[in-house]
Amino acid sequence: MIIQFGVLFAFLAIGEFLVNLTGIAIPSSIIGMVLLCASLKLGIVKLGWVERLSGFLVHNLGFFFVPAGIGLMNCLGIIADQWIPIVFATVISTFIIIAVTGWVHQLVRSASSKLSHKYAKEAE
Amino acid sequence: MDFLQNKFFLIALTFGFYLGAQLLQKRTGIKLLNPILIAIAAMIAFLLMCDIDYDTYKKGGEYIDFWLKPAVVALGVPLYKQLSSIKRQILPLLLSELAGCVAGIVSVVLLAELFGATREVVISLAPKAVTTPIAMEISNAMGGIAPLTAAVVVATGIFGGMTGFKIVKMSHIHSPIAGGLSIGTAAHAVGTSAAMERSERFGAFSSIGLTLNGLFTALLAPMILGLLGYSM
Repeated sequence: MIIQFGVLFAFLAIGEFLVNLTGIAIPSSIIGMVLLCASLKLGIVKLGWVERLSGFLVHNLGFFFVPAGIGLMNCLGIIADQWIPIVFATVISTFIIIAVTGWVHQLVRSASSKLSHKYAKEAE
Repeated sequence: MDFLQNKFFLIALTFGFYLGAQLLQKRTGIKLLNPILIAIAAMIAFLLMCDIDYDTYKKGGEYIDFWLKPAVVALGVPLYKQLSSIKRQILPLLLSELAGCVAGIVSVVLLAELFGATREVVISLAPKAVTTPIAMEISNAMGGIAPLTAAVVVATGIFGGMTGFKIVKMSHIHSPIAGGLSIGTAAHAVGTSAAMERSERFGAFSSIGLTLNGLFTALLAPMILGLLGYSM
């Protein structure tokens, strides 16, 4: 188990280091995630070294958000004043993001598969 | 009564509320008994009743918060497992993420304006689809209220995680890849953990959604906000 913690925190540390070095506005954890994925692909890190702990963390991700959510109690005043725009804008926009992302993905995918079909035919 | 402010007690209580809600949700099958939602609500009620402020809670809560970063790093593993299917459709992924990112920021800003939100609140809502560290960073830099952003981000995640699959179905999105992707784009890591419960494949594409939208939002949100009249 120690190696699992060691590897994950090493990648987080590399992310923090890069953010510190470059001042880039991307969180260290996202950089760590991308680098971990790349290192697994390149065989620098073996899947067995990280699989157990990462499985546990990924499956319980929601729990780690609880304290941030409790921070809500510090802005109850603003929420009471403006709950209508906050709730409606958030809910409708979430709807829009899901629909737009899914539609564009399906559209581009079917378009590109038709295109490659056409090229395949012309090649014949 | 000082014991109620003990950080280990507050951590234990957070676990307790979460576990209790998890059990209740399993027993009753009621979706609304979302453990994240219930743990937050019960904990706020408890803190208000006992007159404990958030800073005191945070002395314990920050030890839970702490695991958020390693947990995001851990998402690299499901991502790796799906690399080959990602490579096969890099163009659809990038285009749909770009569209989702822009549509998300523009829609929440215009809707919030329409419903009469103040400038600070509009900016606080703009990055609501992406994971807390990115969202709070943007909110802070652009003149929003970072704690409000954090709360809205978590609420968005819970909402997206609970209703995401219904919205996917209603929008006639049939491919599981597009479905997973759009839930991660709209509802970040909380939505991703809901997608992960469906299947690892759903979850992996959801984590691509959260990653790409996180990157695009970090890069584009200041510019989009500027174009909409909210420059720094």
